[in-house]
Amino acid sequence: MSRRPFVRPVSRTRWYFKHPRYLRYMSREVTCVFIGAFTLLLLCAVERLSEGQAAYESFLAAIGGPWSALGLSIVLIFVVHNAISWFNVTPKALPVQIGEGFLPGRFIVAAHYAVWILISLAVLFFAGVL
Amino acid sequence: MNERMVQLDVLRYDPQVDDEPHFQHYEVPCKEEWVVLDALNAIKESIDPTLNYRWSCHMAVCGSCGMMINGEPRLSCHAFLRDFEGVIRVEPLANFPIERDLVTVADDFIDKLKRVKPYLIPGETRSIDEGEYIQTPAQLMKYRHFSMCINCMLCYAACPQYALQPLFLGPAAITLAHRYNLDSRDGGRDERQQVIATNEGVWECSFVGACSEVCPKAVDPAGALQQVKVASTLDWFREHLLPGDTK
Repeated sequence: MSRRPFVRPVSRTRWYFKHPRYLRYMSREVTCVFIGAFTLLLLCAVERLSEGQAAYESFLAAIGGPWSALGLSIVLIFVVHNAISWFNVTPKALPVQIGEGFLPGRFIVAAHYAVWILISLAVLFFAGVL
Repeated sequence: MNERMVQLDVLRYDPQVDDEPHFQHYEVPCKEEWVVLDALNAIKESIDPTLNYRWSCHMAVCGSCGMMINGEPRLSCHAFLRDFEGVIRVEPLANFPIERDLVTVADDFIDKLKRVKPYLIPGETRSIDEGEYIQTPAQLMKYRHFSMCINCMLCYAACPQYALQPLFLGPAAITLAHRYNLDSRDGGRDERQQVIATNEGVWECSFVGACSEVCPKAVDPAGALQQVKVASTLDWFREHLLPGDTK
């Protein structure tokens, strides 16, 4: 009796619609596009800053309009989604064993949020906001 | 004992006759406490003896009866009929070729499992006279949950990376390699790293996490793979940044 295994086709472009968990994964992955775009914007800001105060202020004026605010708000949403989705899975990558048990994952997640808040406060402090 | 008619659409494929698989509808009287595997057994015993599927222990230990049940990779001995409404769709495990009906070709997984050397390679050779390899409870706990894998391949059926890149070693094989790497009695990590710390090994994983969601034994393959990534990255830094380490 000859074997004739059947290989089911896999869609390379629509596979993530097959299950909500794949869409959830893609929603995390797509955040990198927005974070990449914001990183480019930051690099532009640094470059204009190096060109002097006038150049930097004209840059700030250029991104100060309502459409920019809307765009940056969207970027912020994706950045927060990226941070939360990655923080929530850190216990898998960084388990902390204590004796014969493991530190509950929520403490590892909470530590990440705490560091996030502290660094954000430090940035606001050095920026003169606080 | 309550009994009700349960409807199942089962994917059938006879390589001698069919060009491609097709669904066959069955209605079978089932008891309230039955699982999908019981329904399949009832079909085979009293309705259609030509139906093919794998099973053995009926208690989520042997890992033989993995199937797609309503699109989800499940052990059919662990999927209670009372948890389903309407017609239950039963298909062979996704991402594996279909041998016949619900039986898949597992050769690829078995080959990959062999490549990662999923057995103890003692770090030190001891004679029988020197006694057993001693391990503390804390050392055991480091890898114990990863040792619960029953090779059921549900994680491969859930993994979109494996579906898109069949060369990927996959969740279970890498997890088992990690299990032995974490074992205090083992000294084979360097050999396994040659296989798992590669593009087709752990770096093909993009942390979808589906493997851990479907694992019937709570092994957490996704966790194991991320830990392998962290350890492999530290290896790289040690190799390239620390003086005198030429490994």
